[in-house]
Formats: sequence, C-alpha cells, structure tokens
Amino acid sequence: MVKQVYYEDVEVGTEITPLAKIATTHMLVQWAGASGDFNPLHYDDDFAKAMGVGAPIVHGALKRAWLGHLMTDWIGEQGKLKKLSCQYRGMDYPRKMKTREEPHDGETWWCKGKVTKKYEEGGEHLVECEIWVENGKGEKTTPGSALVALPKRKRK
Amino acid sequence: MANGSLITDELRKLIGVTLETIVFKVEEGAIQRYAQAIGDPNPLYNDPDFASRTKYGRLLAPPGFTGWPVKAGRLSDRLLESLLKAGAPSRLLDGGVEFDFVEPIGAGDVLTATTKIANMTERETRLGKTMFTTLETTFVNQKGNVALKIRSTFILF
Repeated sequence: MVKQVYYEDVEVGTEITPLAKIATTHMLVQWAGASGDFNPLHYDDDFAKAMGVGAPIVHGALKRAWLGHLMTDWIGEQGKLKKLSCQYRGMDYPRKMKTREEPHDGETWWCKGKVTKKYEEGGEHLVECEIWVENGKGEKTTPGSALVALPKRKRK
Repeated sequence: MANGSLITDELRKLIGVTLETIVFKVEEGAIQRYAQAIGDPNPLYNDPDFASRTKYGRLLAPPGFTGWPVKAGRLSDRLLESLLKAGAPSRLLDGGVEFDFVEPIGAGDVLTATTKIANMTERETRLGKTMFTTLETTFVNQKGNVALKIRSTFILF
C-alpha cells in the first residue's frame, strides 16, 4: 500500500501519481469476460473494420476503470472516491501478443491527473481533480474528472 | 423530416419514465475477475480475508462494478429498442459516463438498478443532426439505500 495522502498535502496543481497501463489483445479478452461486454468491436478484426474503426479498439469502460484505479491508489485507504466521470473522445488500439504472456513492443498508456480545487463542505475535505488517459502520442483519449474526500492530519 | 426535430413526440414521452429494472447479485469471484481484468492488485478487491478485517467487512468491489454483467454506462438492447421504436436515429456512439458513489458496494450485496431517460437534447454536429440522450441508473442495495448513481450519455445520429 502506498503512503496515505492528506488534505494538507495537496494544492491546486498538485499532480496525481501517474499509473502506467498497457492494453493488449489478451487484456481485452479478459475484460470482455470480466465485464460481460462481448461486443465484437473489441476482438473481431473484420467486424471492427466493417464498423469503420479499422481494428479492434480498447473498451471505453476499461479506460474508465483504469481511471478508477488511478484515483483509489492515490487517495489510499482513508480517502473516499465520491464522483468519477469521463468521456470517450479517442479510440485506442491494443498491442498484439508476441507470446502467450508477452505483448509486442508498442504503446504505453498513462493515467494522469492534477488537483483543480480543494474545499471543505459538510465536514468533509474535498478535492476536485482533472484526470485523463493519455496514449503513446500524448493525446488525451479519455478526459474526465473526479471528486474525492481526503483525511486531515490530526492536530498534535 | 429533414428539417424537423429528431426528438419525436414518442421519444419525448419516454423522458423521466423508468424503462428498465434489473436485480444484480455482487459475487466474490466476479469482483476478483473484474479487478484482475483492470490489473488492480488492491487486496480490498482481491483478498477476501484481508477485506473482511477492514471497515468494509467483505470483499469490496472496484468503483463501477455492480455485479456481472456490468451494466454501468451501457445501453441494453431493450433500452435501445425502446428508443428506436420511438423514432431515434440508429447510429450510436458512447458519449461518456458519470458516477456518483454513495455507499460502498461489496460481495454479497444485492442491487436493484432502475434506469430512466433523464434528458434528451439535439444539435447540429459534424455528424449532422445529432441527438444526445442521458440515461440515469440508480442502484439501491439490499438495505434500501442508494449505493450508486450513474449518468451516461449516448450520441445518436
């Protein structure tokens, strides 16, 4: 577990600890099974071509779940994720597999974010963040926002 | 029709109406498989023994997991059919999703999800005349408390 972040530790502009992800065809199959989204757009070459996206694309919901992972890792055990939103703006294409375990070299995605506002309300210490998934070219394909409550340090 | 509104009277009648109610059981194994598919090793989602000793008292679901199959932010065939029947355009894009986490969701929970159309708007976009439909799904747990609200936007053109 990572070190707990406290309300006093963050300011507007504070960066959220980035999280790296590598989408692979293997991962998309696993996600289809675990989420129950069996749309062939995410695993069938011919279908994806017919739908006009060229090749199977990463599920929007998987990128959204990555952003959830980003936030819950950052806020730690004592933080509370209250809201999360994102928009599916750009398509992402998974790396293909080289072996049963290893993908080919290629793109790495980064989940990132920064604090945009901090305030107290209803006895909670709230922090708003701008978050996004960035592809290998640095494009934000999945921008969004999050609202979290962070713990406050106890007065000594 | 070319100059008319995409939002027909039949579509307008659907706004605010509960279109679907589904009951989900949140199962331990389904939570673990979901966390593994995200690549999130957090023991709260993966280790039932660890999780049972926390304030949650049970394996916790990652944000957005509401039982399998995960409906969060997806348009079911049945809902899409209701929209099409009422005259909505048939090409569809997923515009995004907004979660409001109210209470923790974990293994053993039973969630009743009701979905209604919260809003419909239209405007000219690069796709042509385009309709934006916002669905709102509310998940109520076995204690009768709202655990999660999801608003998802679909782009029909």
